[in-house]
Amino acid sequence: MFTLLQIELHKIYSRPRTYIAFAAITAIVLIFQFAFKYDGQSYMDLMLQNIQDNFEIDKSKAINGYFMCYIILNTLLIQVPILVALVAADTISGEANMGTLRLMLTKPVSRTQLLLVKFLASFIFTVCLLIWMAIVALFLSLLIFGQEDMLVFRVKGEESFILQITKDDIMWRYFAAFGYAAIALTVIVALGLLLSVFAENSIGPIVATVCIVLFFTIVSNMNIPVIDRNVKPYLFTSYLVGWKGFFYIGLDSSDQPIKGSIENWPAIKKSIYILLGHIGFFLSMAIISFRKKDILS
Amino acid sequence: MIKISFRVLLIILICHCNAFGQVNNALLKNVQAKLDKVTDYEAEGKMKTNVAFLKLPIAKVKLYFKNPNKFKLKSENGMSFVPKGSMSINLNNIFSNNKFTVIEAGDDKIANTNVKVLKLLPDDDTGDLVLTTVYIDPVNALILKSRTTTKENGTYELQMTYGNYLKYGLPDKIIFSFNTKDYKLPKGITFDFDDGSTQKSAAKTNVPKKGEIEIVISKYQINKGISNDVFK
Repeated sequence: MFTLLQIELHKIYSRPRTYIAFAAITAIVLIFQFAFKYDGQSYMDLMLQNIQDNFEIDKSKAINGYFMCYIILNTLLIQVPILVALVAADTISGEANMGTLRLMLTKPVSRTQLLLVKFLASFIFTVCLLIWMAIVALFLSLLIFGQEDMLVFRVKGEESFILQITKDDIMWRYFAAFGYAAIALTVIVALGLLLSVFAENSIGPIVATVCIVLFFTIVSNMNIPVIDRNVKPYLFTSYLVGWKGFFYIGLDSSDQPIKGSIENWPAIKKSIYILLGHIGFFLSMAIISFRKKDILS
Repeated sequence: MIKISFRVLLIILICHCNAFGQVNNALLKNVQAKLDKVTDYEAEGKMKTNVAFLKLPIAKVKLYFKNPNKFKLKSENGMSFVPKGSMSINLNNIFSNNKFTVIEAGDDKIANTNVKVLKLLPDDDTGDLVLTTVYIDPVNALILKSRTTTKENGTYELQMTYGNYLKYGLPDKIIFSFNTKDYKLPKGITFDFDDGSTQKSAAKTNVPKKGEIEIVISKYQINKGISNDVFK
């Protein structure tokens, strides 16, 4: 099993397209850092609006490494699932396209084992992508913009407000958020793998995965009460942004943030279970379909 | 006859106002004399912000003052949201412009302390200041409360509690209230995680909102000299 995993990882990392994801993330992050370094004040002006009429705020402190990483992760919400789909949706269909799938299955390895190994290899790729993202979006931002307290701009129902998290209470939240993101992106891995089982070439499952993610993400971000109540809870994309829950700091009775707290841990836990459920469902469906599949290529 | 009566009435009224003005100016002079003992100070404190749309932790702050009316409120660690009207925390600010008319507005009570209420009307009506009302404890010559109404920046209110630095007229606790504007971000701009938690009822947008900061001062360093660079 471990040898199989090594082979699969070798396959993933020997393909130039794998590095597109790393290059794309680096480029997006760098362009954001450049933009905020030179004109971050405009963004702050937009977010702070008329608060500046009543308060003096050091905006240069507000744009710091932690805040930058939050903004970048917010923006990469759409791109990263696409990048993950590029690899995950290619795992089985890519082999079928090259005509190596049948050859692989002549080896003394069960179909379930093969699929699980491919899933695991894609998961490791996703984790590597997240680690790279943490390096460039978090650590590089901290190097460029420095450490300070972080402002989180939030809209909850009809209310808009700003949360301030002290700088000594942020890093663990990022570790937790990246951990959550790993689970969320694994759903995309499982979905890509499932669609990959049904195709004979890579384009179809990659495009299908991307389209599903994009469509569901758009619906998840619509603010229409009927969709909020009846559709959003059933879309896995509604839970992809659950990492933000770690930055919604708990408040005491006088609305002061409580250091080290999370406002709604049960909601995050529920989201994790839902995402794990999706992973289980997509992976099981992929295994069942793959075991029944007539391998002709 | 009517003309004469009106003139007499006017003269009586003016004399009456002046008489009150002199008495109350004396009271204010007592307060000012107390405050004048302090040429500068540096104070350490903790600031708690109570504004509906700001969820900020309690901040460690430093307050700097230098005669006649230099004042600075700085956060010691981390980011801070300092209210723009915080200059009025400096009580000397009230006396920085001596050109005002004092009107006595009766007596009142603040936390079981009898106070004299004085209204200070600036002689210059082109400035931002419209009216300052001060509530003075005549026994200790201390301002316990002040309310400043401005043309452009709404109304500020200060409530002071005195303790260890009473003889200098410096408060241990200050509650500074001010008007705030509504804060509303467009929906969807922040890509929020809907955690399904209950939402508070929407605030009415046309009702003036109040913000409040509370500063508890733990330590003053009085008349030790402060560099002007602090106020830049």
